[in-house]
Amino acid sequence: MIHQALFFIFAAICVAGALNLLLQKHPISSALSLIVVMGSLALLYLLLGAQFVAAIQIIVYAGAIMVLFVFVIMLLNAGIEEHTEGSRIAVYFGVPAVAALVGMVLYVLLKTSHIEYQVQLGGFVKPTRDVAMLLFREYLLPFEVTSVLILIAIMGAVVLARREP
Amino acid sequence: MENLITLAFLVVKILVITHVLLGAVAYTVWLERKLIGRMQNRWGPTRVGPFGLLQPIADGIKFIVKEDLLPPGVNKPLFLLAPLLAVALGLTSLAVIPFGESITIAGHTEALQISGFMRADGSIFDANVGLLIILGVTSIGVYGIALAGWSSNSKYSLLGSLRASAQMISYELALGLSLVGVIIMSGSLSLRQIVDAQGGNILHWNFIGGWQFVAFFVYLIAAFAETNRIPFDLPEAETELVAGYHTEYSAMKFAMFFMAEYANMFTAACVATLLFLGGWHSPFEGISWIPAVPLPPIVGALVPVFWFALKIFFFIFFYIWVRGTLPRFRYDQLMAFGWKVLLPLAIANIIVTSALVAMNLAPIGPK
Amino acid sequence: MVPVTYYLVLSAILFTIGVAAFIFKRNIITIFMSIELMLNAVNLSFVAFANMHHNLDGHIFVFFVMVVAAAEAAVGLAIIISVFRTRETLNVDRVNLLKL
Repeated sequence: MIHQALFFIFAAICVAGALNLLLQKHPISSALSLIVVMGSLALLYLLLGAQFVAAIQIIVYAGAIMVLFVFVIMLLNAGIEEHTEGSRIAVYFGVPAVAALVGMVLYVLLKTSHIEYQVQLGGFVKPTRDVAMLLFREYLLPFEVTSVLILIAIMGAVVLARREP
Repeated sequence: MENLITLAFLVVKILVITHVLLGAVAYTVWLERKLIGRMQNRWGPTRVGPFGLLQPIADGIKFIVKEDLLPPGVNKPLFLLAPLLAVALGLTSLAVIPFGESITIAGHTEALQISGFMRADGSIFDANVGLLIILGVTSIGVYGIALAGWSSNSKYSLLGSLRASAQMISYELALGLSLVGVIIMSGSLSLRQIVDAQGGNILHWNFIGGWQFVAFFVYLIAAFAETNRIPFDLPEAETELVAGYHTEYSAMKFAMFFMAEYANMFTAACVATLLFLGGWHSPFEGISWIPAVPLPPIVGALVPVFWFALKIFFFIFFYIWVRGTLPRFRYDQLMAFGWKVLLPLAIANIIVTSALVAMNLAPIGPK
Repeated sequence: MVPVTYYLVLSAILFTIGVAAFIFKRNIITIFMSIELMLNAVNLSFVAFANMHHNLDGHIFVFFVMVVAAAEAAVGLAIIISVFRTRETLNVDRVNLLKL
């Protein structure tokens, strides 16, 4: 009962935030609605028992990546977006593409709606230690590879954003 | 019925802790003015009440009755949202901070922590990623400042908030990494378990017993930067930016930023106390030659809270002391210090700590 | 008790909105944000499937997606800044020449 109530509240906030991202004209409003989506997704992760994922969702996504976005929007002083030639083309090709995507998603969902599994509150809560064990034992190589990826990304960002002397 | 009593106690806990914090914030301002005054050979506030003790109340009344200006050209919804966001996030971290073990009032035992609940066997259950929740809440606290600066439509505010965002992102890395050593030592992210792992006298605390002094100093410096205090108060450097991100704010909205800043100072002090200085444990705990004094149960339950508050006071005093002593950093010095000194130090601390734990050399450690 | 399908439907809705924003928005920063929205939608289904199969691998995948998103944000925003320096616009339609 309480699980359903919480799910519907936060799902509604998620969808409203995502739609607001689509409808707002100013990039900073879009960024704020995306932060709201990320915050309510973190709460949905908590309902699914993924506490560590919920915490890093807030720390990494809402607290680091989106701060970077807001920072860049403020730095470039981005204004209201303008509609040009490309927007009409985007509408001509975009509407059928999105409609096709919606149809495909609906088809897959109807086909798989026989999944009877019910999510129970607190039904699958594992301590953070288990996540760490999995990450540093079974997924050690991917973990190291992503750390190299991050290093390359940092160097790339520094090279790209540096002013020419 | 049982649930109702738990709920009632929860509400009482929230009200008491929030109001104690807000009162402490008001009197920290008084303490700061008084101490800075003495450090500069002045008296500080003396007019309102004995020793100026009623000054915070006078200030509060002034904030409420002042005219609430809304400058033209601001982005109104965000301009109103920013101070609310700042103060709400400043208070949210309190929910997971444990202040002591538990207290029994009228036959009902209650954990001294808003998000802590008693299990049937008398042990306490709390959020098992409590430390990460605090880190998350402080990391989204930067939006209050960023939006305040952006929505004000003023160059000083914008510069202040750009500086604040850059500074907070940079120092958060060092801050987060400096805590990893403690997490390795205690093997848990739950604040209560981290404190329990340091149970005992001063030699068992992470600061000394866990050999985390490097991490402690990195944390302390990064916390100064995160809370925008001198020597890292560039976002509100009054000599260059008028007042930084809150230039355009007046009356109660300005007071909210003020409260948020001091609430963040308290959060940083709480985290330092819990992680490095043994939380509510007395420095003399378990030393056999100190005689045990018999105390009534309620007083006995409040003694740990006293130690906790004393350690917090020490940090607040330190904040004020530093403010009275050090000049402000230059912006390039601030960035270079964060990235080239604090971050490598924090990483080196993680490597040394994990090596010590792996070789079983650490005096305390994960069981 | 909530059927796991609800979480998957929510994830699909968010993903579709992300695709729509990616196509219809003209501001390069907003387009970039809609990619983040799509990644978030996928993360939700990872966590829902982890719950369904009682397997932590889904959480690990979310972790990797976040790391990749962080790397992508760092490089992508740097590219946006350098594009803005040369073109002085954030509208993708005005960034239509390979060379100035």
